[in-house]
Amino acid sequence: MKISEKIIKKHGLTLSEYSEINKLMERDPNLLELGLFSAMWNEHCSYKSSKKHLKKLPTKNKKVIQGPGENAGVIDIDDDDAIIFKIESHNHPSFLEPYQGAATGVGGILRDVFTMGARPIANLNVLHFGEPSNSKTKNLLNGVVSGIGGYGNCIGIPTVGGETNFDESYNENILVNAMSIGLAKKNNIFYSKAKGINKPVVYVGSKTGRDGIHGASMASAEFDENSEEKKPTVQVGDPFTEKLLLEACLELMKKNIIISIQDMGAAGLTSSSIEMSSKGNLGIELNLDKVPCRELNMTPYEMMLSESQERMLMILESGKENEAQKIFLKWGLDFSVIGITTNTKNIVLKYKNKEVANVPLKALADKAPVYDRKWISHKLPKKIKKKVNYNGYKIKDIFKKIINHPNICSKKWIWEQYDHTVMADTFIRPGENAAVIRIHGKNKGIATSVDSSPIYCESHPLTGGKQIVCENWRNLVSVGSTPIAITNCLNFGSPEKKEIMGQFVECVQGISDACNYLDFPVVSGNVSFYNETNGRGIKPTPTIGGVGKINNVKKIMTCAFKKENSNIIKIGKTEGHVTQSIFYREVLGIKDGPPPEINLFNEKNNGLTILELIRKELVMAVHDISKGGLIAAISKMCIMGNIGAKIYLPKKLISLHNYVFGEDQSRYLIEVEEKLTNDVQKILEKNGVYSEIVGKTQNNNLELDKEFSISIEDLKREYFNWFDKYLN
Amino acid sequence: MKSTVIIFPGSNCDRDIANALQKYNFQNKMLWHNETELPKTDLVVLPGGFSYGDYLRTGSIAAKSKIITEVIKHSNKGGLVLGICNGFQILIETGLLPGILLRNKKLKFISKDVYVKVTNKNSKYFKEIKQKVLKWHIAHNEGNFFANKNIIKKLQDNDQIALKYCDASGGIKQDSNPNGSIENIAGILNEQKNILGMMPHPERAVNEDIYSNDGKFFFESLLT
Repeated sequence: MKISEKIIKKHGLTLSEYSEINKLMERDPNLLELGLFSAMWNEHCSYKSSKKHLKKLPTKNKKVIQGPGENAGVIDIDDDDAIIFKIESHNHPSFLEPYQGAATGVGGILRDVFTMGARPIANLNVLHFGEPSNSKTKNLLNGVVSGIGGYGNCIGIPTVGGETNFDESYNENILVNAMSIGLAKKNNIFYSKAKGINKPVVYVGSKTGRDGIHGASMASAEFDENSEEKKPTVQVGDPFTEKLLLEACLELMKKNIIISIQDMGAAGLTSSSIEMSSKGNLGIELNLDKVPCRELNMTPYEMMLSESQERMLMILESGKENEAQKIFLKWGLDFSVIGITTNTKNIVLKYKNKEVANVPLKALADKAPVYDRKWISHKLPKKIKKKVNYNGYKIKDIFKKIINHPNICSKKWIWEQYDHTVMADTFIRPGENAAVIRIHGKNKGIATSVDSSPIYCESHPLTGGKQIVCENWRNLVSVGSTPIAITNCLNFGSPEKKEIMGQFVECVQGISDACNYLDFPVVSGNVSFYNETNGRGIKPTPTIGGVGKINNVKKIMTCAFKKENSNIIKIGKTEGHVTQSIFYREVLGIKDGPPPEINLFNEKNNGLTILELIRKELVMAVHDISKGGLIAAISKMCIMGNIGAKIYLPKKLISLHNYVFGEDQSRYLIEVEEKLTNDVQKILEKNGVYSEIVGKTQNNNLELDKEFSISIEDLKREYFNWFDKYLN
Repeated sequence: MKSTVIIFPGSNCDRDIANALQKYNFQNKMLWHNETELPKTDLVVLPGGFSYGDYLRTGSIAAKSKIITEVIKHSNKGGLVLGICNGFQILIETGLLPGILLRNKKLKFISKDVYVKVTNKNSKYFKEIKQKVLKWHIAHNEGNFFANKNIIKKLQDNDQIALKYCDASGGIKQDSNPNGSIENIAGILNEQKNILGMMPHPERAVNEDIYSNDGKFFFESLLT
């Protein structure tokens, strides 16, 4: 069969990429071989547009065991314990088929984690939907949440945290980013690099079907009005099989049998076999007659490009096949030796005694094009010079609007559909600054949070990139953990547009600056480009998933006020930065002006001071001040603790509105007992941290000076009711 | 006390209940569903989870497992059998407990803390519990207990209703019913009171953490 221009395009390859393939192979590829290139060279697998810039990210500190490049990142949490974690996008499939798209997103990220020898102990997710009034939003919200719950609940991993936002830029391109965290023994971590020749290549898990063929290529293209036709490329998840696969893999990993292992994720059998063998600088030969198939008459092309879920590829020690097979049969899973490792440095595929493909691995894995795409820098937007008139905007009305806004209000409706307590080690549940999971049987634990700030990132990508890292760091600090490392998921529009490529480059720069300063490296992640429909891209949405370590779970901190008559102290200076705040954008409708500035010195200094106060047991509650400003943060502390507060205004106040709703960064609120206030202030002074007492906790009402007083009951109604109202 | 936790394919609270039992000094063994013999045991636990992926109908495939024949024999001899969440669903599918568990009223999975009132005082499971109200977690999609009037009357007359959803002070109200269960029922016993099925998870409330440690009352009572 002659490869036509049309076929090349259908495989998501450009003509110049095709001629490169020709050169590498010294002949025309056949259709199957072209399929392999298409799977390996697409944006999703090859990082061809992002590679150059991702190199800027710091990936090491003294706790990092494994950085990017493996199935997931690995960090050291002392003793013999390691934490393995990663976040990944499943955006395109979730828009086409919300339940299955989101469910398989969870399934995929879980496999990335347990492939490395970890038992998953927590899941999180970041969701961005279109505006609530969009006709698709309700259905997508319901489908995605049910899908995430359906998968995670069944397999029995607690979903402990997340973030959900609504914005019109996601109307035709929702984002579903799933993160998983696993616990492993430091001396029993499994990698994907193959070693040794003539070793059996083993396929385990579900059978291969025709679902998800070319899923990774789909995820590397824009949507248009015909996107609905792509539904068959969405995979179907089976969490029950995944649970069996998890248990079987962990059981096998206790024995000394596995040389290397990788899940069949994006680009299925193709990427797993090619990546494992090429990393080991070996060759691989597969006999496709041995691939367990769900459907009759599947072609080699379909088998290699299927993205059927719940499958793994392993390379075992020779002669241990039977011992391994026993375990998989016990769990009722397929087990098939489908090939061997070779020294040819080629991938050779055989089917019905014929060689159907033979390609140098280097060409597939290492020779994918790397693009230095054009990009333009985004200048910091000018400040709004004209004085904005707040007449007619009462503080109380704005406040109510903010805490009842879908991006600020409680997401309880969502996380009550996720089992967040299974495994019985969830010490801080969803809805707090960060979740805390105890390491089973020990006093220590980990804290974790996911964050994104598309509005700041759109306004000024460099600042936005820094800000999300800092916000994530702040969340981990607030519960009393020492932040260790992050994973990131970089969701953007088309990299072929220089504005969007500029957003990407500068967000990555911002992330890199903050990570470097805070010693908070990136250990894993993924890039999702082409989040566009009919040429319109999403807001730049890098998401950050951070992990911190807690030495003693008995000393963790929450944001709930604990008792009446304690002092509420604000850490960090309030300048009243209101442009790009929820107050300006959602209440006044003003979308110009720069996002709040990030001062990395203050960020680190304030955060480390908070940790010192928590460790010395001088504070009762801690909350960072983020979107919605001071008053949104205080009201959450009231709601969570069922305790009121009286807030005084400073005497020389430039603007009440800006003071209350400004989103200046690096700030926290702490609750301190009257008798300990002096001690706290001494530490704050010693560390050079700006602070002020802003009020006192009290019974029942939240009062803002003479502006308003609202009962906790009413406050709760505003905070908790949005989703119920919206969905009923 | 000797206990045995059965593991079905898809069980996912087996480790949690085993940890809780060990914490309260039960001598516990884990048993794979394909076994045909029970070890010497006082208590058999069918744990929570999604046995067989909840395919067909929750608990229905597990109810046909090889080991279930032995569990029935054990219960016929007066041995204790406890089913939590999916375990409760399995007990209903085996016919060891009456009624059915429908999908939650709002057709959504629910994971939240609830209060339950101990309404049975004369079974082995609860007789030592002094607390009237316990704060336990539920996490299920099919926990909406239903039975016809005759069965409900029988359950009431025989003191077989073990637990009811209530508010923090023990009031049994519609507001405190998370899933639509008839009569706010959260758990029931068989006539002989040696078999207990319930939706809440006491095994998740055995940490001295900031949420609840009320599982301890249940395990301590069971042990004495």
